[in-house]
Amino acid sequence: MSMTDEAPRLIERPVAASGEATPAPGMAPLATERDVVFQSQDVSVYYGSFRAVRDVTFDVPKNEIMALIGPSGCGKSTVLRCYNRMNDLIENARVTGSITYRGTDLYDERVDPVEVRRRIGMVFQKPNPFPKSIYDNVAYGPRVAGQKKGLDDIVENSLRKAALWEEVNDRLNDSALGLSGGQQQRLCIARAIAVGPDVLLMDEPCSALDPIATARIEDLMQEIKQDYTIMIVTHNMQQAARVSDTTAFFTADVRSENDTRTGILVEVDTTQKIFSNPSDERTENYVTGRFG
Amino acid sequence: MISRLSDDRSRAAIAASIERRRGDTRGLLFKTVLQMCLLITLALLAVLLVTVALDSTDQIGTRLWDFLQGTLRSRSTDERLGLHQGMYGSLWIAIIVAVLAFPVGIGAAVYLEEYAPRNRFTSFIEVNIRNLAGVPSVVYGLVGLALLLNGQIFGLDRFTGGSSALSGGITLAILVLPIVVITSGEAFRAVPIELREGAYGVGATKWEVIRTQVLPYAAPGILTGTLLSMARAVGEAAPLILVGAISGRLGDNPGLFDIGALTDQFTALPIVITSWTVQSGRDGGFTAAAAAAIVVLLVFVLMMNSAAILLRNRFEKKRG
Amino acid sequence: MTDTSVVHPDQLTVDQLQIAPSRRYREVIIRYTLVVAALVSVLVSTLIVWSLLREAWTFITGVVWADTWGQRGWFPRRGLYDIPTIVVASLIVTGIAMVVAGPLGLGAAVYLSEYANRRVRSWLKPALEILAGIPSVVLGFFALTWIAPNIVGHIGRTTFLVLGAVILLGYAAISAGLARTKIKQYREGTADPSARIGAVASIAMLVVVFVLAGAWTLNVWLEFVPNNAGSLAAAGIGVGILTIPLVASISEDAMAAVPDSLREASAGLGARKMTTASSVVLPAAISGIVAAFIVAVSRAIGETMVVFMAGGAADAARFADSPMEGGLTMTAAMASLASGTDSVVGEGLTFQSLYFVGLLLFLITLSLNIIASRFVSKVREAY
Ligand SMILES: Nc1ncnc2c1ncn2[C@@H]1O[C@H](COP(=O)(O)OP(=O)(O)OP(=O)(O)O)[C@@H](O)[C@H]1O
Ligand SMILES: [Mg+2]
Repeated sequence: MSMTDEAPRLIERPVAASGEATPAPGMAPLATERDVVFQSQDVSVYYGSFRAVRDVTFDVPKNEIMALIGPSGCGKSTVLRCYNRMNDLIENARVTGSITYRGTDLYDERVDPVEVRRRIGMVFQKPNPFPKSIYDNVAYGPRVAGQKKGLDDIVENSLRKAALWEEVNDRLNDSALGLSGGQQQRLCIARAIAVGPDVLLMDEPCSALDPIATARIEDLMQEIKQDYTIMIVTHNMQQAARVSDTTAFFTADVRSENDTRTGILVEVDTTQKIFSNPSDERTENYVTGRFG
Repeated sequence: MISRLSDDRSRAAIAASIERRRGDTRGLLFKTVLQMCLLITLALLAVLLVTVALDSTDQIGTRLWDFLQGTLRSRSTDERLGLHQGMYGSLWIAIIVAVLAFPVGIGAAVYLEEYAPRNRFTSFIEVNIRNLAGVPSVVYGLVGLALLLNGQIFGLDRFTGGSSALSGGITLAILVLPIVVITSGEAFRAVPIELREGAYGVGATKWEVIRTQVLPYAAPGILTGTLLSMARAVGEAAPLILVGAISGRLGDNPGLFDIGALTDQFTALPIVITSWTVQSGRDGGFTAAAAAAIVVLLVFVLMMNSAAILLRNRFEKKRG
Repeated sequence: MTDTSVVHPDQLTVDQLQIAPSRRYREVIIRYTLVVAALVSVLVSTLIVWSLLREAWTFITGVVWADTWGQRGWFPRRGLYDIPTIVVASLIVTGIAMVVAGPLGLGAAVYLSEYANRRVRSWLKPALEILAGIPSVVLGFFALTWIAPNIVGHIGRTTFLVLGAVILLGYAAISAGLARTKIKQYREGTADPSARIGAVASIAMLVVVFVLAGAWTLNVWLEFVPNNAGSLAAAGIGVGILTIPLVASISEDAMAAVPDSLREASAGLGARKMTTASSVVLPAAISGIVAAFIVAVSRAIGETMVVFMAGGAADAARFADSPMEGGLTMTAAMASLASGTDSVVGEGLTFQSLYFVGLLLFLITLSLNIIASRFVSKVREAY
């Protein structure tokens, strides 16, 4: 992270602006190389003395969708929650190794997890709208961040991006709890977008939804991908294959001799490769349904 | 009663058990006894309420207004006999409890549930608070006495005026503090984790999450707890006796909202009830006066209690 | 792919990953404000112990024990502070209270938990909660003006003996039942062997209590004096009514914690409701029920106003060994010391004796509550 010091300071993008990060002059990315948002190196996560995930190393490319797949309990959620420091909220959780976010150590002691979570939004498994109006749900993030003006625009833009505006624009002041499950989940996406993040972490965002609502969310992800980097945990192989550009496969390494069960990263590659011609046998077994 | 089907005589056993079931007199008796337990309890409650109501008619039925305006007197036939001083004390005790115990108690609960690390010191404090809730109320009176009346600590008696409504209020605030902490803590624990995560997930700080999500969601539970503890404080007499509430003659009769009288000698509804009940042996007319005072006290206490119960039941139902 | 070694164009610095200072400071200020609130509770308990110990010590060292040693009674004005007098009165009141609240509260709890349907419960529970919310001064009034003449006043010599016998036999039956299950557990080897001493001790204690209570009942019967004014009996019944909701709600919680699978298993074996309730649910919930009783005892010992108003003694009391007499419990003695004419500023050791009794009361109720919470956590562990 030594490069942090001489890193050029960028013009902050306006909150809820339509994305499109401005590349620094003279540093246009080469076609063969990809920009990387996150780099993780030897990341392990402990819950107390229990090591839930071991030595995870991979990069997350910018403006792509990355899927995390693997059997239940292998630590996908745990890994995902490292990227916006959500694990800080769990009393006995501890993260070792390093994760950088746009060149800066995410776990640097001067980094405030609150700001991290503003820049790296999260959508949860179960739609969790606040018991407030639709408007107040979307405006919640900007408000706590101190924004008072221009909220109407932010709310409208975010809801449009989340493909929900048409359905709710005449009842913004109704309770969010009155929406359907799929609508609620899109509202949660709008709520996450409203604070102007550049990454969205999604932990099984469709597992509580029916196929139609799921298809809408998948379409939505494709649409917003140009503005955001997305990491999605899913148990649905077809979904991973349909929406993601790269896929990381995790599994649980069970050692019966000392009774441990640790999540490990098996391989990361383009989604096409993972699903057609994986290099690891365990991946192949999993994606072909012979395991898990 | 267990019919073993493997048994040769299983058929007979089943038949016998069905037979026995039909005439299950012991079971019926058992159930009746249980019902009686409840009935007796409720009957006692009913008799209590009816007795009080009947006894009180002498005062409430004939001179309610005078009774509410009157003061402590040594004869029950005195036409200036009444409750006003007691109501003054109780009103201000309630206000002082609300001002002192509620913010501190809710604040302590927020700290313990949301901030405190799960370590030995925290659990020590928690156990401590639970034990405080079980300390007899009369002991709190002793603390008030030592702390606020006798000037043993920081000369606080000069501030409280010694034996005064202020001292009584502070003592009862200390008394209900653990109850407020415990009930609010329960309300915080009931807040779903999803709400907190949602708010943290868009970049809210801890306090912002608490203020905008946790507190509003827990509000009905907290309100229930505060109503119950307020009812408790208004009904308590023992600690007030210890801090010197007046049961005999009390010169002043301040207006209900006369703040200046807070540091003067005082009495309160439960004290008035005690005093008149005790005097009823000497002067039978005090029975009616005591009963009437009880009616007034019960109106307040039961109103707060039922509001608390209704509120809780409503939200329990709503949130499943 | 993992070897993509690109310094990508839009780098961030640590400074950009911080929140506004004003927001950060607000967090710190609020945290410390809340710490203070939590510390107040610690302060309160320190103050309780400190103020009790301070004056109690003066009392212990100041009372000329030899002067009044062997004299029974509580006569502060004569300097006679005989602790056994008020402790025995407390025991009598608590005993009577438990005889009233134990069966009524437990019976109500079993009915609510095992028999009552939703609709009935939705009426009965609030009714019990109303009772729980009635201030003790109201019960004091009721005990003096209604219970004393209408219940205690009608208890004559014979009634007393019959009542005493019924209660003792009930107690013996329950103890025998408990002892039998314990013994059975050993026969089947299901009990923890280290619990053996505890079991033997508790059975021995039950027997001792039975013998003592029997002897005491006979003694009271022999010297029976009817009384329809204030008495320890009237106060005890009043305190009992006050503690019924406590017993009922804690026991019911314990029974609610018993998983329905146990009930279904029992019903599946063809057991009747009564059998399920008495030999499956009650034993499974026994820790919680014991806790309920201990908490109720603690509450009864600490109850002040009912005894002060209906206990039949004003500011001094002779040693009372019969519930039909008037007396001062520990709490009532404190209240009367504080409200007497020579009140708390009085001469000599009046003030200090108050704190000594308070300390005693505090220690007794504290230990009872700690024991009760042990039992409650046992229930939690089990399910
Ligand atoms: N808060 C926690 N405290 C202790 N252990 C935890 C905690 N959260 C998760 N774990 C453990 O960490 C391991 C990984 O859990 P995680 O939730 O990350 O798995 P997952 O891959 O997301 O599973 P799923 O697909 O079922 O969501 C599991 O063994 C789990 O029991
Ligand atoms: Mg998961």
